[in-house]
Amino acid sequence: MVARSRPRLTPAAGLAAAFRGLAFAGLMLAGVGLLVVLFASVILIALGVGILVVGNGMGPAKRTLLALLILGAGLGIGRFFVPSVLVALRRLANLTRRLAGEWCGVPVAEPYRSAPAAEGTELNYAARLRWLLGDVATWRDLLWVTVNALVGWILAIASMALAVTGVVLFLIPVVSHVVPPAAFPGNTKPTLAVLGLAMVATAVLAAPWLLRGYGLLASSMLAPAGKAELALRVRHLSETRTEALDTGAAEIRRIERDLHDGAQARLVAMGMTLDAAGQIIDSNPDAARALLYEARDASVKALAELRALVRGIHPPVLADRGLAAAIQALALDTPLRIHVASDLNGRPPAPIESAAYFAVTELLANVTKHAEARETWIDIRHTDGMLRIGVTDNGHGGADPARGTGLRGIERRLASFDGVLAISSPPGGPTAVTMEIPCELSLPKTSSS
Amino acid sequence: MRVVIAEDLFLLRDGLTRMLQAHGLEIAAAVDNGADLLAAVTTQAPDVAIVDVRLPPTFTDEGIRAALAARKQSPNLPVLVLSQYVEQLYARELLASGSGGIGYLLKDRVFDSAQFVDAVRRVAAGGTAMDPEVIARLLARNTGNASVSALSPREREVLALMAEGRSNVAIAQRLVITERAVAKHTASIFGKLDLQPSDDDNRRVLAVLAYLEG
Repeated sequence: MVARSRPRLTPAAGLAAAFRGLAFAGLMLAGVGLLVVLFASVILIALGVGILVVGNGMGPAKRTLLALLILGAGLGIGRFFVPSVLVALRRLANLTRRLAGEWCGVPVAEPYRSAPAAEGTELNYAARLRWLLGDVATWRDLLWVTVNALVGWILAIASMALAVTGVVLFLIPVVSHVVPPAAFPGNTKPTLAVLGLAMVATAVLAAPWLLRGYGLLASSMLAPAGKAELALRVRHLSETRTEALDTGAAEIRRIERDLHDGAQARLVAMGMTLDAAGQIIDSNPDAARALLYEARDASVKALAELRALVRGIHPPVLADRGLAAAIQALALDTPLRIHVASDLNGRPPAPIESAAYFAVTELLANVTKHAEARETWIDIRHTDGMLRIGVTDNGHGGADPARGTGLRGIERRLASFDGVLAISSPPGGPTAVTMEIPCELSLPKTSSS
Repeated sequence: MRVVIAEDLFLLRDGLTRMLQAHGLEIAAAVDNGADLLAAVTTQAPDVAIVDVRLPPTFTDEGIRAALAARKQSPNLPVLVLSQYVEQLYARELLASGSGGIGYLLKDRVFDSAQFVDAVRRVAAGGTAMDPEVIARLLARNTGNASVSALSPREREVLALMAEGRSNVAIAQRLVITERAVAKHTASIFGKLDLQPSDDDNRRVLAVLAYLEG
């Protein structure tokens, strides 16, 4: 999603904007369809109840039957279709949000509450309906669909309508002799042509602005409302805080265990070996020497283990030179052909640097294990207050975040920094993973030597 | 042979000094930071400089930068860089800083003083001393390479030792085979990797390293 500050004003962009307006009008029609189903349910129920209570001059038996039929139809729609329609409405609204960002330059966040926790099981009807109807965002979606059906679409198709009018009513009569020139007093071919061209030009120039306006209108209803946004933020923060603390605690336990079973145990063994050497050094110098060498070898192993541990906590090159160099060093250690491109002129905050580094490590491990790729491209850049890292391989694709825990883990770790991960991995490849973490860069450290 | 040492930890600096002196090397200067190293290299004109990677004030890659600066200042000054960890990225930069006279070893290697002093002498003579861990990782990176896979296990051992910078004599001693057998293996390796054979030990090492870094 790239938020542009101003729409581009070129004929191509204008034409694209006009067509995109048409697409939005199409979405409006889909919304109206959903609205009809929802209202059908409500109206049928109301009608059924109305006939039952008031009656309309029919015989009592006939009246009851008709009322029950209508009521049944209304309830049936309500029972079997309304939740799906509400979910479809969300999908439609989300599509509009995404397109508002991509086409209109007005990114719109998703405002929904997440479904109540129900591990692995489907929600029952009542809980589902409560969740959907209890969310103020659902009602704002409905408001949007209604406003869109009444006036929004006019904004969306205005540019295309103007352009088409210009072409059909003014330009075609000028160039073709089939249709006689449009009749209004004093029209001549040149005036028609000028008028037609002016209309088309205005339409093309205005299209991006009209589309932007449409995006803003959509955003005013589809974006999270102030309070809802705060609530979402609070929930996101508490979730990610808990996860960050859990991950941190687990990490510390792992380090403790590694030290305990590794270097610490080796040092104890070394101490005992040295003690044994000391006791026999007079009686059996040769055996003592062998023990001393054994102790030396143990110290080498202990150092190697500590080295591996440190590499897992904070890789040396990351500490020395920052993210881009550390990823470069990682690339040198991986049996893949990896092309690293970076335009960072500064360093992200250390925790973000570290999270990004380990995310890339994990992704490269995935590529090596699963993708059967020959080459991988890593692209690191910082634009608009956002650190963006793209990892693309030419492997066979089909990576699914729902299946592996690796991608989920990365997503969770990035979430602590409000970072996101997007993955595109069609079967047959290529796989492209993009990570975005909002952060500022600190100025590059000046060399002190 | 005159040596300059740059190491910020007193215990290690002292230990290195005593160990090298015990093997008959002369310590021209022992300093604890990069700036002093550059000064000592200029004034003392040593045969070799031994530099720790982490030095004050930043305790990051000061030592690498100081080593590169020293080699720029006194071209082809032999430099042996010591570190708690080895990184291919740094190995590459050091190798690119001139032709030969470069060493990059884990600090643990000082535990075997005979081998370590041998590496110091080799670097001082314009040779190369790459840590076995650097070479192991270079080889691991080349597992997908058909030419490297075509090597026999023995040839791979010879290749690894050669890449560390050892001469045929040293390789023969290490693997307990004759020098002629080593020569045969190296000829075969150069044939399989399609490299120009060379009698010059140092040029041979650099060719192998350049090949593996691909």
